[in-house]
Amino acid sequence: MLHYLKTEVDTENVQRFDAEISNVSRRGVLGGLLTATGLVLAVRITPASAREALKPYPTGGLTMPDGVVADPHVFIAIAPDGALTIVTHRSEMGTGIRTSLPMVVADEMGADWSRVTLVQAPGDEPKYGNQDTDGSRSMRHFIQPMRQCGAAMRQMLETAAAAKWKVDPTLCRARNHQVALLDKEGKETGKVLGFGELAEAAMAVPVPAPETILYKSPNEFTLMGKGEVQIADLRDITIGKAGYGADTRLPGMKFAVIARPAVLGSKVKSYDASAALKVPGVEAVHEIEGVFTVPRKFGQLGGIAVVANTTYAALQGREALTIEWEDSPNTSYDSAAYAAEMSATAAKPGKVLRNQGDPDAAFANAKDVITAEYHGRHLVQAPMEPLVAIARIVDGKAEIWAPVQSPYGARKEIAEALKMPIENVTVHVSLLGGGFGRKSKWDFMLEAALLSQKMGGKPVLVQWTREDDIQHAFYHTTSVERIEVAVDGAGKVSGWRHRTVAPSIVSTFKQDDGYQFPIEYGMGFVDMPFDIPNIRCENGQAMAHTRIGWFRSVSNIQRAFAAQSVVCEVAHKLGRDPKDFLLELLGPDREIDPKTAGFPDDFWNYGEPYKEFPINTARLKNVVRVAAENAGWGKALPPRQGLGIAVHRAFASYVASVVHVAIDDDGTIRVPEVTSAIDCGFHVNPERIRSQMEGAAVMGMSNALYSGITFKNGAVEQSNFTDYDVTRMSNYPQKVSVHIIDAPWGVHAGGVGEPGVPPFAPALANAIFAATGKRLRNLPMGDKVA
Amino acid sequence: MSSITINGEAHEFSGDPNMPLLWYVRDMLNLTGTKFGCGAGVCGACTVHLDGVAVRSCQTTLGEAAGKSVTTIEGLSPDGEHAVQQAWRKISVPQCGFCQAGQIMQAASLLAKNRAPSDAEIVEAMSGNICRCGCYQRIHEAVRLAAGGV
Repeated sequence: MLHYLKTEVDTENVQRFDAEISNVSRRGVLGGLLTATGLVLAVRITPASAREALKPYPTGGLTMPDGVVADPHVFIAIAPDGALTIVTHRSEMGTGIRTSLPMVVADEMGADWSRVTLVQAPGDEPKYGNQDTDGSRSMRHFIQPMRQCGAAMRQMLETAAAAKWKVDPTLCRARNHQVALLDKEGKETGKVLGFGELAEAAMAVPVPAPETILYKSPNEFTLMGKGEVQIADLRDITIGKAGYGADTRLPGMKFAVIARPAVLGSKVKSYDASAALKVPGVEAVHEIEGVFTVPRKFGQLGGIAVVANTTYAALQGREALTIEWEDSPNTSYDSAAYAAEMSATAAKPGKVLRNQGDPDAAFANAKDVITAEYHGRHLVQAPMEPLVAIARIVDGKAEIWAPVQSPYGARKEIAEALKMPIENVTVHVSLLGGGFGRKSKWDFMLEAALLSQKMGGKPVLVQWTREDDIQHAFYHTTSVERIEVAVDGAGKVSGWRHRTVAPSIVSTFKQDDGYQFPIEYGMGFVDMPFDIPNIRCENGQAMAHTRIGWFRSVSNIQRAFAAQSVVCEVAHKLGRDPKDFLLELLGPDREIDPKTAGFPDDFWNYGEPYKEFPINTARLKNVVRVAAENAGWGKALPPRQGLGIAVHRAFASYVASVVHVAIDDDGTIRVPEVTSAIDCGFHVNPERIRSQMEGAAVMGMSNALYSGITFKNGAVEQSNFTDYDVTRMSNYPQKVSVHIIDAPWGVHAGGVGEPGVPPFAPALANAIFAATGKRLRNLPMGDKVA
Repeated sequence: MSSITINGEAHEFSGDPNMPLLWYVRDMLNLTGTKFGCGAGVCGACTVHLDGVAVRSCQTTLGEAAGKSVTTIEGLSPDGEHAVQQAWRKISVPQCGFCQAGQIMQAASLLAKNRAPSDAEIVEAMSGNICRCGCYQRIHEAVRLAAGGV
């Protein structure tokens, strides 16, 4: 009864997806070895330099649905030949997490990385713990469970070796995929047992209790912090073999596209499919009922599905449909009018979310008040892989293949939609061709599941086109951020009043009241870290007229843009250097006390316990200094060039960026260099942290200069990359230098995927101001400046 | 009935000559390395070679490909060791990886006709390929590396 993989991949029927671990024998032989040898796993005595006890710290992972799991039997399998399989339960969308978390396991185990195979877990949170891969949470929440898994497995291997050699386990030491026998001085005797030889016995050793587990000391790490491991899928990606959402092929699989309503909430009144059905290759047309009860959550929009033998035929069939749509109350949504409304709302007092000191008095007594209003448009995530899902139902059991960020959430709602018990629904997770928040909303998977059900369970691939993706998203909100800054007679900032007006994500989940919820106002709004005596943060009402969702770094985008721009504006007004002024505003090194700072009682700290992940101004200031120093802050630059700086804490990490801008003769805004410093606490995979920061600059530039979604008569005006413009190689941040702040284990790991985005746009705006004297306050700023 | 050579193999095709090559290779030949990204020829994810030159397979019909030779990412190199593929791996270019087949095919086409492209020529050749993860810095570096020999 080995801890085998059941590699029952039906290669004829299912291509491209890794086998999932199933039927692992978890407890079948538990105790067998134990009774044979009488061994018990005691607290280990090993050289102090090599192993250490670690005090666990609480993270928000414990309060996420289904929490965390740290059972080595769930995540690790060793074959008799030593092949090591590690389950990766978070979705891979480009951050490298599919590689980075197993690296943690392998390092703690003392495994040889070249013998590791990764298996992507299906959606099953009771088994694996939370799988909702967003919020830059994977490493933050799972570094401890994964270290625990690996260290426990290592101790089990060492215990098994001790039993074979009939020695004390303290004389057994796992390293490099073997357990070595030590002499009394702690030196290797030359006697070794491979992990494969020990697999069966090790798997039968009871999993050590967490408090008895000893961990590797940092100087023993072979993978963590080294930056030498490449992503597991690298070769497959370069040869076209990596499996994304649309790459699974099932026997008899059909291809479908769906015509959806242009305006949210519009229903199909009538349709005529006769012409569509005449298109060669088109086999069927089905109506997919939408979810029209509010809140819609991630319910499908509804529409008419055309099923064909190729995607091409399905697309042609969709063109040939005649559909009459009912009116929707959202038909009046008009972005230009809405921006004016938001601006008017921001000019008036709103709901007070944070109050510190006496801002009214500060503004009444101010020598000067600087007021600035910053606008942001809706954004669409637009991952390069458009949404796609494959579904089939056989014998009352549904299987869905999809590039999904939240496979278990999807599974639960698919089961509900199909009226099936959840155990009859399987969600396989492919690689994601980008996600950025869109793929944690599973409307596209519901469509595929419902369509397959209508087709009697036949396998069907529902492909979204780029136009579908751009016009039927869960959009990053549009916003007005109005900030007033009071300066007293001594030239000190004495008051800060910030009003935010933006339709809320909460409208997706419950009846909209036009106000934001803690997750939104916790993102760079009420948690504003400046050392200003009088602060008020207010939220004005803005009702949602489209589906609002999260986009990489969420509300931080507009908050960092506003706050970090206005600091530079005030610095200029006061004749101060923007970097020095920023450091001064951050004030003394301290952990901000949310109570005395007047934070709301429901302050949301990225879901983390505040005591463990406080807002630390020393860390903010440090990244500012590191970025500024490495960028050569203050250096002389040619005319029409400039440096801008911004800093922001998001997802429990701290990032400062200095953007160097150079304006072409024709006004084109170019970025020769970005210098970023990130303090994400203890870090595992510096190579992927760098790539995330490089990418964040590119996405930051898209958001800053090019991208914007607008509505007219309730419908999205953009349709493809022709009018939803993004950064291309013709103008991208030419060189992104990333400085990762080295931090010991005691500084808890923070997020990496998102925190790089927020500082880019304000740093760029500040650089443009330095280069041209023009202050740009509306996102996107456009690709040229006069 | 028309004949198209794909990755060295001849295929007879009798369907709609207006069908884009993209859907033919993906849906009918199950060559899924070529990706659908925009369907409008503006993102480059579907890039393949037609007689050795990079084209957008979403904009190239089977009629246009008839009698010609098509290479997809699966056929770029028999062992996956094309200089561009090697350079991509050496520099760890990809993040999510979805656009990379198109990027690699575009870069390989550039280097086939220009063995030592200037930075400006690289930018010009590669600007039609979008990477939403933002790997441009490494793509640029990898093309330079492939040009110089890995």
